[in-house]
Amino acid sequence: MNQDIYVVIEHLRGQVTEISFVMLAGARELAKGLGGNVVAVLLGHNAQGLTGNPSAGSGQYLAADKVLSLDHPALADFTSDAYQKVLAALIAKDQPRAVLFGSTSIGTDLASTLSIKLGLPMVSSCRSFSADGKFVSQLCGGKIMAEGDLPGPTALITMVPGGYKAEQGQSTQSPTVTQVEVPTLETLRVTLAGYIEPESGDVDIAKEPLLVSVGRGIQNKDNIVLAEELAQALGGTVSGSRPVIDQGWLATSRLVGKSGKSVKPKVYLALGISGAPEHVEGITNSDTIIAINTDPAAPIFGVAKYGSEIDLFDLIEVLTGKVKQSKGG
Amino acid sequence: MNIVIVVKLVPDLVEELTIDTSGIALDTAWLRLIINEFDDHAIEQGILLKERGGGSVTVVAPDIEGVDDVLFTAAAKGADRLIKIKGDFAGVNNHALARAFTVVVKELQPDLVLTGVQANNDLDGSVGPLLAGCLEMPYIGYISGVSLGEGKSRVHKEYPGGLIAEMDVTLPAVLGIQAAEQPPRYVAVSKVRQMMKTSTIEERTASGLDMAGGPTVSRMFQTEAGQRATMLTGSPDEVATKLVGIFKELGVL
Amino acid sequence: MTTNGAVEHSFYDQVLEATPNGERLRQCLQCGDCSGICPFGYLMIHPPSRMIAQLRADRFEKVLETDTVWMCVSCYACTAVCPIQIPLTPGLMARTKEELILAGNVPTELQSALENSQRYGNPLGESPRKRADWTTGILPEVKILGKVKQKVDVLWFVGDYPSYHPRVQLITKALTKVLNALGVDFGILGPEESSDGDSQRLAGERGLFEMLAEKNGMAFSKYQFNEIITTDPHAYNAIKNEYPGLDISYPIRHYTEFLADRLDQLKPLLKHEVKARVAFHDPCYLGRANGIFDQPRAILQAIPGLELVEMSHNHKNSLCCGGGGGGMWLDGFQWEKAHVRLSEWRVSEALAAGAEILAVACPYESPRFEDAAKTVQGAGQLKVSDIAELLVEAMGN
Repeated sequence: MNQDIYVVIEHLRGQVTEISFVMLAGARELAKGLGGNVVAVLLGHNAQGLTGNPSAGSGQYLAADKVLSLDHPALADFTSDAYQKVLAALIAKDQPRAVLFGSTSIGTDLASTLSIKLGLPMVSSCRSFSADGKFVSQLCGGKIMAEGDLPGPTALITMVPGGYKAEQGQSTQSPTVTQVEVPTLETLRVTLAGYIEPESGDVDIAKEPLLVSVGRGIQNKDNIVLAEELAQALGGTVSGSRPVIDQGWLATSRLVGKSGKSVKPKVYLALGISGAPEHVEGITNSDTIIAINTDPAAPIFGVAKYGSEIDLFDLIEVLTGKVKQSKGG
Repeated sequence: MNIVIVVKLVPDLVEELTIDTSGIALDTAWLRLIINEFDDHAIEQGILLKERGGGSVTVVAPDIEGVDDVLFTAAAKGADRLIKIKGDFAGVNNHALARAFTVVVKELQPDLVLTGVQANNDLDGSVGPLLAGCLEMPYIGYISGVSLGEGKSRVHKEYPGGLIAEMDVTLPAVLGIQAAEQPPRYVAVSKVRQMMKTSTIEERTASGLDMAGGPTVSRMFQTEAGQRATMLTGSPDEVATKLVGIFKELGVL
Repeated sequence: MTTNGAVEHSFYDQVLEATPNGERLRQCLQCGDCSGICPFGYLMIHPPSRMIAQLRADRFEKVLETDTVWMCVSCYACTAVCPIQIPLTPGLMARTKEELILAGNVPTELQSALENSQRYGNPLGESPRKRADWTTGILPEVKILGKVKQKVDVLWFVGDYPSYHPRVQLITKALTKVLNALGVDFGILGPEESSDGDSQRLAGERGLFEMLAEKNGMAFSKYQFNEIITTDPHAYNAIKNEYPGLDISYPIRHYTEFLADRLDQLKPLLKHEVKARVAFHDPCYLGRANGIFDQPRAILQAIPGLELVEMSHNHKNSLCCGGGGGGMWLDGFQWEKAHVRLSEWRVSEALAAGAEILAVACPYESPRFEDAAKTVQGAGQLKVSDIAELLVEAMGN
């Protein structure tokens, strides 16, 4: 029985996912208070490279005190049965104070089943830990927060992003890696048949993390390119409200709202969109809405977090320039 | 093919949510409970599988306010059997609910169990994987496509960015549905009313609701209510600079 | 009897049950007037006369296979023009839509509106508890009958869009001012009010309509009042013509009828000029369906400085704004097929008539016409105002 915090690292197609770093940051918070170590648990096959140079370009290491590597061909890609069996054995043996999983397609396949199998308590949708080591979870579409003591003896926790930044879970030092024996894995009930790549045709705006959305205010088709340049600079995609699509300035697949798609980006930048209910219906799941509209009475300002009455045409190119500067500089 | 779908009712987010006087739970006075959206997709997927390959669909739900309408609507869509579990489900967590479902599901001996991948009020994991743990069946979540074969099922599991993993799972299994292969169909009110007259809801009784495995909440509170936007003023240059600062704060830049 | 014969048999029965004079369906001359006057008839594979032809040829399933009946906006033009007076809109069109809904063929937008109506008592999906939120801050306080529990002279049935839609709330507040200026003793149901259900009925959901009507009937029976007035011609139509069949019967008028009756009282209050050329758009369910054409015009003509002009389609052959019978919730679907909106057509007519203001009297209209005015060439300056709003302007409030 120890005070270590284990973090189940998630990787997909050779890349460690961002939530893994967020979890490491959270684990560090928790470990500080408890006086334990942050231990990254890496299931995979010949996956040592994942401990360092994790995501494209950053060259950062997992910010963990040590990494436990569990290597087996059946663990090369995530499948719930194999991963669950391996983790069950590890957690039962090591009995850490807590195990963090991503609240994702990978983590949620594991945590609850392990809770029943091992008879250990669990907490889901955890966003952060308070200074005194309590979990802080979000419910009901983010409208309600719940706080409580970390259950014991080992708490299984699924984490959502938002409480910590990925950089906080990255380190310039390469952690020590220990190989851990993997139990026999036979008669696995879940097997991977293959992957299907997303269509490289048109974008699915419902899955985009950043949208630069245009309304009537963009005035004509030729101005759409300004929005596209800004979107590209920000690493996002262009979407639009009804009138823009109706005029044929954007494809129907880009329509946001009642007759189109409901989107849930991190950032929804609404340019020249009034915010009629039919449109707002499609954006209420956005994390942050920023609205630019010269009409101070535009209803969009009632749902946006930030807004400006500035004319979008005065702003857009200046903004694109500054965004490019901050990235390239 | 014997398909069982377990569903639960959750707070409707259209209504304002408030915390009750205990400070650790939602005020139920004005709470409207509706079927968990993902469970609705599970029902749709189950009906689609029945329409494609035959078999029977049984829908099981806890007996709380609004459950009869949910079950009759499922019958109107094509569900064959409706079961509600009686018990004091107020404030009960998913571990207890999963255990209550386990007793009934074992009795039904399904080939496939479907349920929504998550619900908006989940605090101790989701019903699907908990149920799979209790039944000792394999579980795969975030499913957006299901096809059935001899003793196994091929599923589409969703990852971020539109990536899909095709996986095979041996039956019986529990699947956590993210999206049915088509949106939940509409059922005319007249059809549901007809079901109320012609279908019966079977009852079972939960022998006890064991909440072990869930956390203890010491405080529940509302996040900041939506207010009017913080307005940014100044020249284009100034506003653009402020926006870049906001983008950085949000982790976009 | 073939299976198709069985469909035909029960289809006729349904129409007969649901609609007075439904049996006239059998007397159709196949003159094609209905299909000709239908604003979207040119886009339907089976416009009304052809639907009847298929029905008679025992091939109704051909109609059910297509989804073009969803282009119907229940504007009543066909019903009004039919020489045999077949109840085409409430009988044939609504019943066909009902068949499609029962078969699960419902455009997504419409599905949400119907599900919202079931769950929340309004198609917008807003909380019923917030139905009277528009009254916040208004003085004198609007009487919500459940709270004040008083007898009132007039029960004002406010309606869905007037209660919840930000643009239409302005009209609701304007009408409140007018009623108060006239000293009318009125109350509203507030959270106890459900959607009148008329558009849902015309979109094919008879069961939903009955459920909503029953709820409203129960709410009405709790309170004492002398008459009901409505903001919405659709609610007027439902409560006047359809609710009595469900044993819910009350004296009912549209607010324009109510105000026209009080013109002598109203005129002295209209002190300020509204100097503009105004075209009045006859709402389908006020005009064509219920014969109320003069009262709204009388009110407009009482406003000093106002010059009334007529659009080329007016009175009985007024052009639908496209909102009724579910059209409000089929916008995306109809746009995909037509690439033109009826509301845009109408705005062009207003311009052609030289109108500076397009006056309306139905809650679907102001958002629809204002949106259309933004895209129609030359309509940038066209103002869209409800009669209530013009009255308030003339009152100088």
